[in-house]
Amino acid sequence: MRPDQEIIRRWIEPGSRVLDLGCGDGALLAWLQREQDVHAVGLEIDPANIEQCLASGVAVIEQNLNQGLSNFESDSFDTVLLAQTLQALDNPAELVREMLRIGRKGIVTFPNFGNWKSRLDLLLRGRMPVSDFMPHQWYDTPNIHFCTVGDFDALCREGDIRVLARTVVNSRHEGSWAMRAWPNFLGEIAIYHLSRN
Amino acid sequence: MSKIDKSDSVGLVSPQRLAFDEPLILRSGKSLPAYELMVETYGELNPGRSNAILICHALSGDHHAAGYHSEDDRKPGWWDNCIGPGKAIDTNRFYVVCLNNLGGCGGSTGPVSINPETGRHYGPDFPIITVRDWVNSQLRLMDRLGIGKWAAVIGGSLGGMQVLRWAISYPERLHHAIAIAAAPKLSAQNIAFNEVARQSITKDPDFHDGRYLEHGVYPKQGLMLARMVGHITYLSDSSMRAKFGKALAGLEARQDNFGRDLRSGSLSFGFNVDFEVESYLRYQGEQFSEKFDANTYLLMTKALDYFDPSVDYEGDLSLAFADSNCKFLLMSFSTDWRFPPDRSREVANRLLRAGKRVSYLEIEADQGHDAFLLPIPRYVNALSAYLGNAHREICGHAS
Repeated sequence: MRPDQEIIRRWIEPGSRVLDLGCGDGALLAWLQREQDVHAVGLEIDPANIEQCLASGVAVIEQNLNQGLSNFESDSFDTVLLAQTLQALDNPAELVREMLRIGRKGIVTFPNFGNWKSRLDLLLRGRMPVSDFMPHQWYDTPNIHFCTVGDFDALCREGDIRVLARTVVNSRHEGSWAMRAWPNFLGEIAIYHLSRN
Repeated sequence: MSKIDKSDSVGLVSPQRLAFDEPLILRSGKSLPAYELMVETYGELNPGRSNAILICHALSGDHHAAGYHSEDDRKPGWWDNCIGPGKAIDTNRFYVVCLNNLGGCGGSTGPVSINPETGRHYGPDFPIITVRDWVNSQLRLMDRLGIGKWAAVIGGSLGGMQVLRWAISYPERLHHAIAIAAAPKLSAQNIAFNEVARQSITKDPDFHDGRYLEHGVYPKQGLMLARMVGHITYLSDSSMRAKFGKALAGLEARQDNFGRDLRSGSLSFGFNVDFEVESYLRYQGEQFSEKFDANTYLLMTKALDYFDPSVDYEGDLSLAFADSNCKFLLMSFSTDWRFPPDRSREVANRLLRAGKRVSYLEIEADQGHDAFLLPIPRYVNALSAYLGNAHREICGHAS
């Protein structure tokens, strides 16, 4: 499994209840079901992804995250996941608050725009960063709310959210001591483990 | 030379009639001392008896869900597009059971049957049957067939309500509950349409208080009207515009033609059939009235109206599902206004609240409530994907 997913797995207790917001094709949840025997539910809007979830035995609800999560009870899940979806939301701050209402803990991963490559794109080329990892042009991208590790730290402080753990990996989902030392500069993907304060 | 394509059809099938002698106590307090069920099965029950699927029919359905009764049949069973070798409900993998529900007119004990106590047709004396009663009778059928646990119970509309009832009443007896275009209970609008249908039938002079068979007639006009109003609620505005707007389809955008095709090309300035839609509804009503029993129609609409599994749980549907340990798949259709997506979403939310494993899909489809019977690719593929996984989970990779 990818290193970021291995990190997520370690934060999820066996047999616990996991809600994945924007679960994609359900591969992560299917793996967590096998490895950790979790009781998992995913939310997704893409029909092809939803069909793949069904084929993999992942429970999936067709639901648009931008229309809110009011149908979920408070404290109804142990962990709520938001993997690589934060930057595509209409209102990311509201959704992070909702995650921690529904789940006792939250895990958020997002592409770190504070990474040196992004900074270099802006600094030297004067252009919005485009890479193999984040291949969209600014005018045609689902990613409307990019942020940096520093920005997200600030959101957590302002939102009274406790950061239980924070780690970063590169676009191949590998970690290193250097990235741990300078996460906002070297990390390409940030992974946060959160709880209510 | 057979016209039936054997590659994806279950082919020629024949129903069997099973007799049950143990009295069935009904929710109304009445009981049926003995009854018969007409049943069709497709595919083979595996040695572990673990691959059985129950199909529950809707208001006008019966036991004939797939295949043909004779080489000359014009149409196959009512869900043939989903049941067969290699289809979504794959008879190469699953043993599929479908029955005509009690009170039906497809051969199971119902109003047209002879009441052994009187020697006459039951007619209006046939007791009111509820969804719960149907499921109780289906349980006995299951025991008769030697099936311990259904791999899945599947149904659309009123059939979906039976699926929900299975999950509530017999949680140990099914692995998967698949309810399509269903609702947790009817709304006042739903009941209103049913009441119009019932009034049409009972006010027909040929109804004779339900004893029309003894008079050698049947309430044809009433049944026609009932079906016409029902049929309108199964279609969507957009599907009717498309269906009856062909004359203008080439000239204007599909939604701009309003489905006002004329029958003869000009207005009659009378109260005859002017528009195609009128002709279509009359035809549908007439066809239906010739093959469906009026008392059964009344019973079916009451079963719909009465369905509300939350009544035993202080109105809280999540509590009703507390003991359910099957997995759920719910699907709805975007233009269904009889049981709109919100109603299925409501069930999904109650199941989530109860902590159950549920999947919910809202299928984009123009065809209204009727969509659940049609081969809409996303819908059929989702069912196929779900059941493929269910088969692997329950029966292993081997069979």
